[in-house]
Amino acid sequence: MDEKLISRRDLAFQLYEVLKVESLTQRPRYQEHDRGTFEAILDTAQQIAETHFAPFNRKADENEPVFEDGQARTIPETKAAVQAHAAAGFLVAHHDAALGGMQLPAVVVNAAMALFKAANVSFAAYPLLTLAAGNLIHRYGSEEQKKRFLPLLLDGRATGTMCLTEPHAGSSLGDLRTRAEPQPDGTYRLFGNKIFISGGDHDFGGNIIHLVLARISGAPPGVKGISLFIVPKFLVDEAGRMGARNDVVLAGLLHKMGYRGTTSTVLTFGDRDGAVGYLVGEPHQGLKYMFHMMNEARIGVGMGAIALGYTGYLHALDYARNRPQGRPLANKDPASPQVPIIEHPDVRRMLLAQKSYVEGCLALGLYAARLVDDIRTGNEAERARAQELLDLLTPVVKAGSSQFCLKANELAIQVFGGAGYTRDYPVEQFYRDNRLNPIHEGTDGIQSLDLLGRKLWQNGSAGLKALLREVETTLQEAAGENELAELVEALRGARDTLAALIMRLGSLMSGAQAEQVLANSFPFLEVFSRFVLAWQWLRQALVAVSGLRRADLSEDEANFYRGKLHAARYFLRWELPQIEPLCRLLERCDPTFLSMKDEWF
Amino acid sequence: MKILVPVKRVVDYNVKIRVKPDGSGVDTANVKMSMNPFDEIAVEEAIRLKEAGVASEVVAVSCGVAQCQETLRAAMAMGADRGILVQTDVELQPLAVAKLLKAVVEKEQPGLVIAGKQAIDDDANQTGQMLAALLGWPQATFASKVVVTDGKLTVTREVDGGLETLELPLPAVITTDLRLNEPRFATLPNIMKAKKKPIDTLTPEALGVDVTPRLATLKVEEPPKRKAGVMVGSVDELIEKLRNEAKVI
Ligand SMILES: Cc1cc2nc3c(=O)[nH]c(=O)nc-3n(C[C@H](O)[C@H](O)[C@H](O)COP(=O)(O)OP(=O)(O)OC[C@H]3O[C@@H](n4cnc5c(N)ncnc54)[C@H](O)[C@@H]3O)c2cc1C
Ligand SMILES: Cc1cc2nc3c(=O)[nH]c(=O)nc-3n(C[C@H](O)[C@H](O)[C@H](O)COP(=O)(O)OP(=O)(O)OC[C@H]3O[C@@H](n4cnc5c(N)ncnc54)[C@H](O)[C@@H]3O)c2cc1C
Repeated sequence: MDEKLISRRDLAFQLYEVLKVESLTQRPRYQEHDRGTFEAILDTAQQIAETHFAPFNRKADENEPVFEDGQARTIPETKAAVQAHAAAGFLVAHHDAALGGMQLPAVVVNAAMALFKAANVSFAAYPLLTLAAGNLIHRYGSEEQKKRFLPLLLDGRATGTMCLTEPHAGSSLGDLRTRAEPQPDGTYRLFGNKIFISGGDHDFGGNIIHLVLARISGAPPGVKGISLFIVPKFLVDEAGRMGARNDVVLAGLLHKMGYRGTTSTVLTFGDRDGAVGYLVGEPHQGLKYMFHMMNEARIGVGMGAIALGYTGYLHALDYARNRPQGRPLANKDPASPQVPIIEHPDVRRMLLAQKSYVEGCLALGLYAARLVDDIRTGNEAERARAQELLDLLTPVVKAGSSQFCLKANELAIQVFGGAGYTRDYPVEQFYRDNRLNPIHEGTDGIQSLDLLGRKLWQNGSAGLKALLREVETTLQEAAGENELAELVEALRGARDTLAALIMRLGSLMSGAQAEQVLANSFPFLEVFSRFVLAWQWLRQALVAVSGLRRADLSEDEANFYRGKLHAARYFLRWELPQIEPLCRLLERCDPTFLSMKDEWF
Repeated sequence: MKILVPVKRVVDYNVKIRVKPDGSGVDTANVKMSMNPFDEIAVEEAIRLKEAGVASEVVAVSCGVAQCQETLRAAMAMGADRGILVQTDVELQPLAVAKLLKAVVEKEQPGLVIAGKQAIDDDANQTGQMLAALLGWPQATFASKVVVTDGKLTVTREVDGGLETLELPLPAVITTDLRLNEPRFATLPNIMKAKKKPIDTLTPEALGVDVTPRLATLKVEEPPKRKAGVMVGSVDELIEKLRNEAKVI
């Protein structure tokens, strides 16, 4: 079975050749591992993805969950997939050995999860949410909470959810209203409505552990008055046994454009006497806890966008090699046979663009996951550097990948021509599924404000400085390679332009013009993302150039590296220079968006 | 009872095979390698027999280059208890492998050998049969069902005409067909445990086996590209073409 998920050759390139992941096994936490265990784990991920996820991707799309007797009903393959994933140990893979975990590096976990996402992103959402809920409880829960709830989330007896959004509070979480009343026994009763809650109900059996943001009565307004609660669907006793139904009611299901295998629920907490909830950590710190975990969750969203972009690209490539249509530009003989469309330069343009987006974003996503490993296990200096870099790069990993890889899916449809627009081929579904990623976990607009309003400047711009140092290192390493001279010059030029732009925006931000600067946050995110991806491409090109020097290279291997080099050329020649006109507009704080009036529309 | 399971390292079934430009063989440099799928079925069957209390130990054996250790680890991650690597860089042909396995069998004294019916690289379908002949053991090839009761083996085999059921005394050699079982995934905890299971490394010399190839590969080439189909106008035309162009009737 060849499911065209994500190229394993490319994954190996990213992990072992670019990111040197094997060196992590010298750190005590990862010393039980070697390349053999990483590959065996990726093999298991791929087998389960090919057996339990990919074959039901279309079926899940055509049979969205239904609301029946107050419960969400899914197709039975959903439960089988979620259970197979849990039974293999993926929910506990990154945890400590003491918890039954394998202490697997985050970068490998992310690579493995990407295979599931490429196979069936809406099935993969359940384990992803379960992982995130487990991480939150592990990090901030009390010992008692960890003992009671964590094992359920690690072995698959429960799934998890994240309950932030309310009908009137999506981007603006500070306005959320769900209320938590303290009880004499130290627990809380929750009352309120949540919407868009992924995995908020299902029929897999087992429990659901909701992590809910709510306000304790009398809490200060805004983001400073939000607390985090554990609210199980079924109450759980000390021994972890499932008891009575908690007062969490499924009020309805949402009908979506894509991601249809995941239930999107409207939940009512406290329809009767209040949903029993357990406060996590300190009161009023809930948003902080949630956001601490956000960097990792957002790498997960970015990787989801990348996985969909990647599988779309592989499908388009396969189609282009097999679809005969038309003749070469120079061939005027109508009796000559048609050629596969991959022979047409314009089709190659579309394939190159896809390749450069998905492989560039994959490099970045895994680079970010590798930073998580440094934060966990590096020495003090490595930790600090990794944290600063990750904070800065997270909006690019999340929103940048969402934009570029959605574009990749659009191009995949175009390569398929009319076939791509039909439901006989999977590329239209990839596009619809991927369309979510610029929206959830902070819309692209919100991400761009986070980048330009906060991340660039926080801690004396430590993240930006760290990034520029990394870029300089890459430039210097690449400067020794004749073949890369053109690319080095392009990236250096872009770096200088961007640095000057940021200097100027920084001085305006501290003055009276902050609003004018922030009004253009989205185009800035685009400029910044293009620059970061161009840097990632130069890093890959460097490895490719040295790979090509290896003796005894097979033709396939040589072609792999040549393809990397050529995609780098494409990105730096055609995609990177697009920042120039944007930079000119940004530099002079072009006021077009800000000065537009509601009445003029 | 101890079960011995030979496992072969082959090019992964997903990889598009490429012939080396000089025609000397198939390009395997940096190509993904995996356990032969029929051998996975064999490992699975052995583990099931152990889980059912019929077998006490499952030993995986691989013959070939040092990297065959990865294949043994894969077998142990599924549940085999230990591994034996017969290490050599010489190209191994079925007869040589059968002789090596015979030597290992004499050393290990298993009650049953379960092998794949063939390997997806050379598709030879010989090793199990040769091993049984060399050992003088009964054999049941292409097994689709295996039952062990009171020291006797009942094997259902897939043959051209349908199914055939054989009863064999132990010890014996079985080779597996596709429908015998569905191999399990190696779970992550078992992948980690497999790292700690022992692998003994032997050599053909130590086993006293001469593995010098008996066959020489003259040339390896790609199968001819499939040509585009043609529409025929009538049954007569079809028959004419089958007879005179394709020369099949
Ligand atoms: C399929 C799906 C699954 C989801 N899963 C979950 C989940 O599991 N848990 C959960 O809690 N939520 C979930 N969500 C909700 C999701 O996080 C929100 O949809 C998202 O945060 C946006 O909020 P909103 O929909 O209310 O849009 P709004 O906040 O109303 O935004 C509408 C538009 O206005 C823009 N906008 C809003 N405020 C500003 C501002 N201050 N400055 C500039 N632009 C602004 C936005 O960028 C956006 O373009 C899910 C959503 C979907 C569609
Ligand atoms: C919803 C829908 C409604 C339609 N309605 C009608 C209708 O009413 N009547 C009708 O006759 N048709 C209709 N069509 C067909 C439509 O016009 C074709 O799908 C379109 O012309 C593309 O052809 P194709 O699908 O065969 O793609 P292909 O021609 O196979 O193209 C696939 C890809 O290869 C590229 N390509 C192909 N040849 C070349 C070349 N020589 N040089 C460079 N690139 C090339 C294309 O740009 C495309 O990206 C419809 C299609 C759809 C999806």
